[in-house]
Amino acid sequence: MVPRLFGVVRTYPDTLDTVTLALEPLDGPPLAFRAGQFTMLHAFGVGEVPISISGDPTRPDPLLHTVRDVGAVTHALVTAAPGTAVGVRGPFGSGWEVADGTGGDVVVVAGGIGLAPLRPAILEVVSRRSDYGRVVLLYGARSPADILFADDMATWAQRHGIVVEVTVDYGPPGWSGRVGLVTTLVARAGFDPLHSLALVCGPEVMMRYAATALSARGVPDTRIRLSMERNMRCGIGLCGHCQLRELFLCVDGPVLSYDRLAPLLDVREL
Amino acid sequence: MRTLAEYLPEHPFFAGLDPASMDVVLGCAQNVHFAAGEMLFQTGSPADTFYVIRQGRVALEAHDPRSGTMVVATLSEGEVAGWSWLVPPYRWMFDARAVSPVSAVALDGDCLRGKCDQDPALGYALMQRVAHVMYERLQDARIRLLDLYGEAP
Repeated sequence: MVPRLFGVVRTYPDTLDTVTLALEPLDGPPLAFRAGQFTMLHAFGVGEVPISISGDPTRPDPLLHTVRDVGAVTHALVTAAPGTAVGVRGPFGSGWEVADGTGGDVVVVAGGIGLAPLRPAILEVVSRRSDYGRVVLLYGARSPADILFADDMATWAQRHGIVVEVTVDYGPPGWSGRVGLVTTLVARAGFDPLHSLALVCGPEVMMRYAATALSARGVPDTRIRLSMERNMRCGIGLCGHCQLRELFLCVDGPVLSYDRLAPLLDVREL
Repeated sequence: MRTLAEYLPEHPFFAGLDPASMDVVLGCAQNVHFAAGEMLFQTGSPADTFYVIRQGRVALEAHDPRSGTMVVATLSEGEVAGWSWLVPPYRWMFDARAVSPVSAVALDGDCLRGKCDQDPALGYALMQRVAHVMYERLQDARIRLLDLYGEAP
């Protein structure tokens, strides 16, 4: 429960309200993690928030977190100057376990900042690209200005043969890309549904529609994985803040397969 | 490029249509091409055609003097552009512009409406398909209205 001490070594502005923090440990070795896991990031004197790790699992130093400025703690984090000490607890929770997709296709469906927890999974695929068949990334953002990791996506497409389809909800004058819901791209994306592993992260409504579309394409529910967001606090399954019926998402999740989640997603009381 | 008789029956919009009905549809269809930037149709003009996109991307646009031209949605290969041909007053509600070179099948709305009036079974089959497209677009628009990405993750 005691956070480790890390120092901010650099910040990378991703969009107007989103920043990637590069952290280095001040008290020991780098923090090993699995793609999909999260940490509790502590801004001293302000508070603590759960943030997914967005860096490369094979290169955990520096440790990357992509943070959106939506509250007091995240504001303190995104405005932290190099040298600022922050606390890190974790890593916590389940990972994407991308290796389960070895030998087949991989479909990644991301919405908004949901691309950040998926970035480590994509980097893992890229590092063992020949182990996978077709790899498709379907990404939806609010507007062109809100698109995350545009340089990464260009690299993944050009150097690693990943099919990247980006769409936005609002197409301003001058935008020549796609406009529409990301889930509508699932129906026409080129992958073999029966031999695919699908990874989905974004707002819960978007994930529900994406999972439905993937399931309708024929991807088995056991092969569709979603990263769930709840009010993680302790990170070790004690406090109950992140409970989803019988699940504690900080330890059973955040990544869970759709066959386990489907009965729970439509229950408002959960 | 495959002929219309080969292509249209395999298109998702026409999937399951019986061969006789398909022949009627083919009688109202022709291949068309648009250069990038060219308009497929414009707001307020008669909606006498709809398009099955074979290749390229089409933007549905609305123009506001203050905001400029905004893209409402984009449509790509395999999708259908336009349903105003089926609903009075048969006028387009948006502009449709080719974002890239577009190859499409243009279906004559007047011709199809006439055939549907004569053959209610064909009319029902086509209406079901148009309703499905409208349902998907309505879902898309409703979810986008929620502005999901604008809220805290």
